[in-house]
Amino acid sequence: MANKPSKKQDNDPSTTGHSWDGIEEFNNPLPRWWLWSFYATIIWGIGYVIAYPAWPMINSATAGVLGWSTRGDVITEIAAVEEANAENWAQLAAVDMTQLAENPELNDYATKAGAAVFRTWCAQCHGSGAAGFKGYPNLLDNDWLWGGDIEAIHTTIAHGIRNEDDPDAHYSEMPAFGEVLARDEIEQVVNYVMSLSGTPRDATLVSAGETVFADNCASCHGEDATGDQMQGAPNLKDAIWLYGGDYDTVKATVTYSRFGVMPSWNQRLTEAEVRAVAAYVHQLGGGE
Amino acid sequence: MSNYIKLIVLGLITFLALIAANFARDLAYLVNALTVALAAAGLFLWVLRHTDEPRETVDLSGEYMDGVIRAGVVATALWGVVGFLVGTFIAFQLAFPQLNFEWAEGYANFGRLRPLHTSAVIFAFGGNALIATSLYVVQRTSAARLWGGNLAWFVFWGYQLFIVLAATGYLLGATQSKEYAEPEWYVDLWLTVIWLSYLAVFVGTIARRKEPHIYVANWFYLSFIITVAMLHVFNNLSIPVSIFGSKSVQVFSGVQDAMVQWWYGHNAVGFFLTAGFLGMMYYFVPKQAERPVFSYKLSIIHFWALIFLYIWAGPHHLHYTALPDWATTLGMVFSIILWMPSWGGMINGLMTLSGAWDKLRTDPIIRMMVISIGFYGMSTFEGPMMSIRAVNSLSHYTDWTIGHVHSGALGWNGMITFGALYFLVPKLWNRERLYSLSLVSWHFWLATIGIILYAASMWVTGIMEGLMWREVDANGFLVNSFADTVAAKFPMYVVRGLGGVLFLSGGIIMCYNLYMTVRRSPAVTAENSAVPAE
Repeated sequence: MANKPSKKQDNDPSTTGHSWDGIEEFNNPLPRWWLWSFYATIIWGIGYVIAYPAWPMINSATAGVLGWSTRGDVITEIAAVEEANAENWAQLAAVDMTQLAENPELNDYATKAGAAVFRTWCAQCHGSGAAGFKGYPNLLDNDWLWGGDIEAIHTTIAHGIRNEDDPDAHYSEMPAFGEVLARDEIEQVVNYVMSLSGTPRDATLVSAGETVFADNCASCHGEDATGDQMQGAPNLKDAIWLYGGDYDTVKATVTYSRFGVMPSWNQRLTEAEVRAVAAYVHQLGGGE
Repeated sequence: MSNYIKLIVLGLITFLALIAANFARDLAYLVNALTVALAAAGLFLWVLRHTDEPRETVDLSGEYMDGVIRAGVVATALWGVVGFLVGTFIAFQLAFPQLNFEWAEGYANFGRLRPLHTSAVIFAFGGNALIATSLYVVQRTSAARLWGGNLAWFVFWGYQLFIVLAATGYLLGATQSKEYAEPEWYVDLWLTVIWLSYLAVFVGTIARRKEPHIYVANWFYLSFIITVAMLHVFNNLSIPVSIFGSKSVQVFSGVQDAMVQWWYGHNAVGFFLTAGFLGMMYYFVPKQAERPVFSYKLSIIHFWALIFLYIWAGPHHLHYTALPDWATTLGMVFSIILWMPSWGGMINGLMTLSGAWDKLRTDPIIRMMVISIGFYGMSTFEGPMMSIRAVNSLSHYTDWTIGHVHSGALGWNGMITFGALYFLVPKLWNRERLYSLSLVSWHFWLATIGIILYAASMWVTGIMEGLMWREVDANGFLVNSFADTVAAKFPMYVVRGLGGVLFLSGGIIMCYNLYMTVRRSPAVTAENSAVPAE
């Protein structure tokens, strides 16, 4: 069985006469369509290497009679887009941001451009839909840490928050109250803060917490706990939480503090692009 | 006498490996050194215990050497299931990132498991299949016993050691970060030794052949072995940071490194997964169909055209990169001219069945081989098409590439290997027939539907992703963020994972069927004497 010869049929062509372990080979010619297709690809190939850059020579390669190059292609495409948008960018760089809304055409352009910049540079932290994540603010609501009018948003994007690259970055630092307050005081103030927008874990501690709050927290978060956008101190009366509003998270925030950082973008983006993102973020829903 | 030399060498290796383990600078190197020490010490004890046994002096030259091929068949089936399992798991990791478990971070996250999957299926499953079938085919078609005595066993066990060293290295973070060439310098050196031994066994057997001509399958196998040796050595030229550490630095840098990597990477596909497996096809298809090969002339022309053209095609992986335009043009042009030479193998495979088409109804093994040749034809058309710059600008970096690779790997390499295993097991274990043909049919349909789910979902998601990436509005601004494209792919990722489950189930059924064939099928008398055909 190991070298049983192939089964022959009546109309079989001749074989080459060899047999390996029972395997023989027919003398069939190359299929015509196969051969002509092979020739056709070779002829096409010769044409293509004449037309396009192909053969390495001593100092450079043949450039091809069409003069085409990938880099040339990119340069042309970018130049075309830049030329088409040049006027819009120039207008955007010059416009008074507070007046932008009154120029619907430019505003529309700024929003679209800003959306593209946002998806490229901002979505990594704030999410592609700008709804944020824990520690990265939601930009769709009307709760703003450092101000929500278009100029304030522009400043935040241009200079960032608590970074070390830009001397104009927003800066503030909440103390880690674990080093300042006693443990029971922290528990009291956490219950008080929770009571401002919802239900505290232990209602009996709320009134004591109010005193602790007035002595330690009110200087930044305000007597009425509505926050201070000059210092980036959050409003504690709304139910919007950057790190979470459950007991353990609020306690961790009070004990160890938080130090959220945002890069400055005026080095990486043009002024017009920063303005475009500001316009985009401003119209997302919460702009003041 | 030779036993004493063996003992000295093995003892020395154990000793040196333990020294290396002692001075190891990283965990991967330490574990690899201990693995080597363990293997060498085990072998030392084994030799020691057998050292005074009388040696049998039976003349085996008239018999084929089949033990090492049986071992290769078992290794192929087992590594195959491991590779498919890891692949299916990482497919679900992409769909459900929670499967990158916190507790397994740094060992079993996607980044560590992905090279484990690719190496397991290409080198462990495919490599063992190629070594086992090539050693089987070269003996039968040369009517000669393997050259080099136990050298073939050295190749087999050495190759398994290579796989274990590479796999544990990946999990522990030893990698050169070169796709399909991830193993670090000392594993590369070991593989070089094994591969040259393999070449010696193969060429030695051809040299002592009793047939006047070398059969076409052996041309393909030989070109695969020689070219892979060359590719492996050049792409792994690197300088270790320390003799006691796994890290090494490539001698090429920047775009030269990229060019060498894809010259290697594409020819790993061309010679490992195409030429080598064509060798398999050229033996097992005519044997199973019991028909002569369609055209000798076609086999010569397409063989030489294929090996001449393939070696140029690598730069098509680097369109629109820092690689100069002239190099990518050549890569693309040679890829397209390669289309017909690749199809030569498909024509010769399919047309060999003319006159035996009725077997498609009765023989599920032939069915497996036919669909494998079909997938071969499809992916060797898709490949040249994707190498065209305009197509590549859409398909590159998308899941389309993954779909293309898998229609080739699962469809062509997987199915032809399954066919070969079903052919080989009854022959090698002297069984009358397979345990169950209906289980082969189950395997066939599970695998086929699995591949279709896999490839179709990746085509859809790849093209969608490419279109989303390049979508711009009237002012030329991008419409989608990257995360939007990732979110849009989710349903297709689940479909792909399900395809993997089906393919894996087929593989497990095959293992069961082969095991039961050896255990239960009625035995026949051995037929492994090396007699040339008239």
